[in-house]
Amino acid sequence: MRDLYARFGGGLATIFLSLVLIWLAAMVLAPNLMMIDYALRPNLPPAQIGSEADTWSLDNFTYLANEAVHRAIFFKTIWASALVAALTLVVCYPIAFWMAQRATPGQLSIALMLVIIPFFINEVLRTLAWFIILAYRGPLNAVLQGIGLIDAPIRWQGDGGVLAGMVYAYILFMLLPIYNAIESLDRSQLEAARDLGSPTWRTHWRVVIPHAKAGIATGCVFTFMLAAGSYVAPALLGSPGSRWFTEIIYNWFFEGGDWNRGAAYALTLLVLCLAVVLVTLRLFRVNLTDVAK
Amino acid sequence: MSHSVELDGIGMSFGSTRAVSDVSFTVQAGEFFSILGPSGCGKTTILRMIAGFLEPTEGRVLIGGRDMRGLGPNQRPTAMIFQSLALFPLMPVWENIAFGLEARGMGKAERRRRADDLLRLIALEGYGDRMPGELSGGQRQRVAIARALAVEPDVLLLDEPLSALDLKLRQHMRAELRSLQKRTGVTFIYITHDQSEALAMSDRVAVMSAGLLQQVATPRQLYDNPATPFVAGFVGETNAIKGRVSAVGDGMARVDTALGPLHGRAQGAVAIGQTATLYVRPEALVPGVGANTLRARVSRMDFEGAFALVHGQFSDGAALTAAVPSTRLADAPAPGTDASFFFAPEHAVVLADA
Repeated sequence: MRDLYARFGGGLATIFLSLVLIWLAAMVLAPNLMMIDYALRPNLPPAQIGSEADTWSLDNFTYLANEAVHRAIFFKTIWASALVAALTLVVCYPIAFWMAQRATPGQLSIALMLVIIPFFINEVLRTLAWFIILAYRGPLNAVLQGIGLIDAPIRWQGDGGVLAGMVYAYILFMLLPIYNAIESLDRSQLEAARDLGSPTWRTHWRVVIPHAKAGIATGCVFTFMLAAGSYVAPALLGSPGSRWFTEIIYNWFFEGGDWNRGAAYALTLLVLCLAVVLVTLRLFRVNLTDVAK
Repeated sequence: MSHSVELDGIGMSFGSTRAVSDVSFTVQAGEFFSILGPSGCGKTTILRMIAGFLEPTEGRVLIGGRDMRGLGPNQRPTAMIFQSLALFPLMPVWENIAFGLEARGMGKAERRRRADDLLRLIALEGYGDRMPGELSGGQRQRVAIARALAVEPDVLLLDEPLSALDLKLRQHMRAELRSLQKRTGVTFIYITHDQSEALAMSDRVAVMSAGLLQQVATPRQLYDNPATPFVAGFVGETNAIKGRVSAVGDGMARVDTALGPLHGRAQGAVAIGQTATLYVRPEALVPGVGANTLRARVSRMDFEGAFALVHGQFSDGAALTAAVPSTRLADAPAPGTDASFFFAPEHAVVLADA
């Protein structure tokens, strides 16, 4: 903060700081406080709002706790998001390592282009592309049948489709932090490990992964949060059996017309996601400022 | 156990760039061998070919008589010490040292014991649980050496490992490296661009220039009997005086120069009528008049403690450097005067120009 004042002078720095504070208050704090307020009140017809029936209670939360289907979908969303994060990590780590340590500058720019260009397109359209690829009479089934790997088309939509769509959608959020982390690894450390007789997997396990830990944790946190809060991929690529918790929240708000219960559900998701993230960071011994970088 | 290392006509090209051409020499088992040359001369490329990080485009590398072609760095009986040291910053010192043993599947207690033994060898007992970042430059240096020695290599390859240290520490580490090499008996191949380092530590030195091997000899021979004009100019200070050979005999040659006829030892093929250069070391020049006398205008004198360096110019414009011992400073000519220096013919070398 002192830097800010030193660089921009009193007037400008005060304006910057107040803009940030106004942003935080109006865009982050106020909506969340409103949501908490909503979540704690019962859903009442307009005439009764403000009457003595309109008191705070935990009814909306206990409803979720007692509703077996919703509860199951809630926990499935959490662990499926963790699975998305894990799968994305498995896909991205080798690519990130190759890009950061092995690729020539030419190969690197081509690879970066290939991963970034799809992100110029809206997420809905990208997911729709997966919808087409995975369709029952779509190209993937046609190819697999054509080369004789399967006899009858497979219904990809459902859990598999959601997973594929999400892993694809969040690759960049995993790839770039890991790439950044591995890129700063001195190549002679890899050579030293190899020279000392270390097989490739051990070099990764003992040298590269510890070095890239903050990047890996960042990528996992990003991907997990995005997956848990994602709506498009489960809506487009899912099936009734693979419902996502966000879809239920959506339903309370826009189909059930019960904003209070929707708010309670959303709040529960938010709190649990935060808990998962904080625990993950603690496990990786990374702090939030590292992630923010 | 240590092994000899033989390079048999090795060459290396990167695309159209020729990094090393037709280099052959043999490093004896247990020898402290240095490869000396300016940066870009190909010395690091040679080291990396011995370590197995690069496969030579021509020729063979033999270690202990065995052809190393096709063997990776993890399969060769060599260990390398990198210029950046490449310690693993996230592992404590003892795990760094024991990393190669860990890769060989040794149990943790045994690894720890071996690491502690090596820490004792490098006089860092009790430092095992520190992190590399908590050590000083010289201590990190020693840890890197211990880490390489832990895998009991037959040949230790050192890529300018002292270049990051300050002068005092560098001189201390020279002595330490030398004594470590004597104690372990491991063959050391040491890369450096610092000629005083190479001369002080090595049993023998290979001098490289522009990818070509210039000379392999003991430090003393390199200094006294340089085989090529490059070696004469690169190793140590020298005065080069150009001329034409007018007489040869008995291992001596006379060169007619712009400063008059001068005599020196003929090195290599020197024939009458050839253009040649006579090299004479600053410390061989004595103020006064004698058999081989040079006249020069003294421009300045730098007092260096043990001796003073007298700088001047010959009548043909070439530079003169003479070292006068501090004990004889009274004989040194004053700056701005014309002065005479002479040298004994056996202290000068005559080499035919390339």
